[in-house]
Amino acid sequence: MPVQERRIILKHVDQPDYTTDLDCYLRHGGYEVLRKALQSKPEELCQEVMKSGLRGRGGAGFSSGMKWNFLDRKSGKPIYLICNADESEPGTFKDRQIIHKDPHQLIEGIMVSCFAIQAKQAYIYIRGEFPLGARLLEKALDEARAKNFVGDNILGSGYSCDIVVHRGAGAYICGEETGLIESLEGKRPYPRIKPPFFPAVLGLYQCPTAVNNVETLCNVKHVIDMGGEAFSKIGKPNNTGTRILSVSGHVMKPGYYEFECGAITMGQLIDEVCGGLRPGRELKAIIPGGSSMKVLKAGERYKGKTKDGKEFEWGIRDIPLDFDSMLTAGSMAGSGGIIVMDDSTDMVEALANVNAFYAHESCGQCTPCREGSLWMNKISSRMSHGQARREDADLLESVAGQIAGRTICAFGEACAWPTQSFVDKFRDEFLAKADKSATPEATEPKRAAVPLI
Amino acid sequence: MKLSEETHKHIDEVISRYPQKRSASLPLLHIVQEEQGHISDEAIEWIAEKLQLQPINILELVTFYPMFRRKPIGRRHLRVCRTLSCALNGAYKVCDSLQKEFKCGLNEVSPDGDVTIEFVECLASCGSGPVALLDDELIENIDETKTREIVGRVRNGQN
Ligand SMILES: Cc1cc2nc3c(=O)[nH]c(=O)nc-3n(C[C@H](O)[C@H](O)[C@H](O)COP(=O)(O)O)c2cc1C
Ligand code: SF4
Ligand code: FES
Repeated sequence: MPVQERRIILKHVDQPDYTTDLDCYLRHGGYEVLRKALQSKPEELCQEVMKSGLRGRGGAGFSSGMKWNFLDRKSGKPIYLICNADESEPGTFKDRQIIHKDPHQLIEGIMVSCFAIQAKQAYIYIRGEFPLGARLLEKALDEARAKNFVGDNILGSGYSCDIVVHRGAGAYICGEETGLIESLEGKRPYPRIKPPFFPAVLGLYQCPTAVNNVETLCNVKHVIDMGGEAFSKIGKPNNTGTRILSVSGHVMKPGYYEFECGAITMGQLIDEVCGGLRPGRELKAIIPGGSSMKVLKAGERYKGKTKDGKEFEWGIRDIPLDFDSMLTAGSMAGSGGIIVMDDSTDMVEALANVNAFYAHESCGQCTPCREGSLWMNKISSRMSHGQARREDADLLESVAGQIAGRTICAFGEACAWPTQSFVDKFRDEFLAKADKSATPEATEPKRAAVPLI
Repeated sequence: MKLSEETHKHIDEVISRYPQKRSASLPLLHIVQEEQGHISDEAIEWIAEKLQLQPINILELVTFYPMFRRKPIGRRHLRVCRTLSCALNGAYKVCDSLQKEFKCGLNEVSPDGDVTIEFVECLASCGSGPVALLDDELIENIDETKTREIVGRVRNGQN
C-alpha cells in the first residue's frame, strides 16, 4: 500500500477552493477552538499541552508543555509570547506554507496559546524575506480584530491580547530565540548567555517570554481541539503528532509533506513519496534536519536497542522519521528539512557551500564561532577551487572541534557539525581533492570566487 | 526629513505598537528604505531622534542586517538564492547568466540602471529551487526559460 500523508496542519493548504480569507477559514470551522479554549481554565489548557507530548518544531524538539511550565508566573511582570517565523534554516520551507496559505490557523494557534499562558501581548517575528507573508498576516490580523478574535475582551471573555507582526531583515541568527528577542528590542541580534537569560524568566524586555515556532503553535490549536490524550496517540510515544517534512535536493518530487511522527522511513519518503532519485542516480548522502544537522551517508549502518531491549540495525533508508530515531542514527530531526544528495554531488563543494552560509551568518560575538566559521569557509572554499592539500581534512576537523561547546549559542554546534560529519564520513573525497590538486593542470586555480556546485 | 504625510502617520502608529520605542527601529528602517530606496545619513539621524536614540544605535543595525543598504540600487532588485538546495539544482549557473545578461557583477547597479543582482542565503523555498526574489515576488524553479523571462521583464519595465 502506498504511504499516506496525514495532514493535520496542512489539511486545507493547497485545496482548490481554500483561500487566506477569514470567511473561508470560518467556513472550515475556524476560531471554534479559540471559542472553546476561552471557556476553559488557562492552567487546564497548559495541562493538555503537557499531556499531548508536543515537542517544538523549530529545531531543538523541546517539550512545549515543559517550556510553558518554566514561565515565571510569580514575578508579576507581563508574560509575552513570540511566534518564531524566522524560518531560515537551509532546507526548511514549512512555515512558509502555513503563513502564506493558512495565516488564520496560525493566528488562532497563537491566540489559544496566549490565553493558555495568559500572555499580555504576542509578536510574530517574521523573516524579512517574506514581505508577502507579512502583508498577508497583517491583513488576516485586521480581519480577526474586526471579529474580536484578537484584541480587547476577546469574544466577551474579559481576556485581551493583541498580535504585532515584526519583520526581520535578513539575519539567520534572529531565529535563535534570544537573538530574536534582542532583535525585537531593536538591537543587533546578539544571542544572550544562558543562564541567566532564559526567555521563560528574563526574555523580552526582561519579562517571562515563550518563544515557539509557527508549526508548534498551529499544533497547539489541534491539541486543544482533540484533547492532549488523543493528540498523544498520534505518532509514537515521545514523538507525538505529525511532522511537516521539507524535502529538497536531488529527488524527483521535492516538496512539503506531513506525516505522523515515525510513520514512515527515510526510504519510503524518498522512493515513494518523493518519486525517487533522478534516473540512473544513486543516493549518496542526506542532511536530515536542516543544514546544521550531521550528514548521513548512504551505506552506513546504525545500531540501537528498542525500549524492550530488542537490538536492531538500520541502513539509511530504514530510519523512521521521528525525533528519537534520528538521534539513534547520530543526527537530529531538527527543523524537518531533508536535503537529499545523489552520487553526482561533490561533497567538498557541498560542504564549502554550507560553510559559506555559516561564515556569513555568525553574529561574531564569540571568537571560536566567528573565527572558526570563517576559517572553515576559507579552507573548504580553497579546496573546491583546485587548491586542496592533504592536511586540509585534519585542519578542518581541528578548527571545527574547537567551536562546539565554547560559544554563547547553539550556532556554534550548528556550524561545526556539518564540517565534522562531512570530513569524518567522506574523508576519502577530501583527500582525493588534494591528490587531484597536486596534478599540473590544477595549479591554475579555478576562478577564485565562490564555491560552485 | 522628506517623507510623505501618510508615511509620517504610519511611523507614529508603528511606534505606538511597542512598549519601548527602540523596538520600532527595524520597522522604521524598513519603512524609510521602502520609500527612499536606501538608508542615508540623514535617515539614520532622523530615525535615531524619532526613537530617542543615538545615531550609532541605528547605524549598527544598518551595518549588521543584510537587508538594509547605504546606497541606491537598480530599478529592480533581484535576489538569487545561493544556498545548498538551490545550488544543487543550478543556482550558480542561474546567477552567472543573469550577471552576464545585465553586464554587472554582484551587488552593483547594472550599467543601464535596470537592476541590482544579489546572491542571498536560503529563501526558505528550497523544494522549488533555484529560486529568486524579484523585488517582493518569489520566482521558483528557475531554468533557462525562466531566466530569459526574468531578463525580459526587467528590461521591459514590466512588473
Ligand atoms: C542558530 C539558530 C537558528 C534558529 N533558527 C530558527 C528558526 O529559523 N525558526 C525557528 O522556529 N527556530 C529556530 N531556532 C530555534 C529557536 O531558538 C527556538 O528553539 C525555537 O524557536 C523554539 O520553538 P519551539 O520550541 O516551538 O521549537 C534556531 C536556533 C538556533 C540556535
Ligand atoms: S555562537 Fe556564533 S552566532 Fe552564537 S552568539 Fe556566538 S558568535 Fe554569535
Ligand atoms: S536553499 Fe534556496 S531557498 Fe533554501
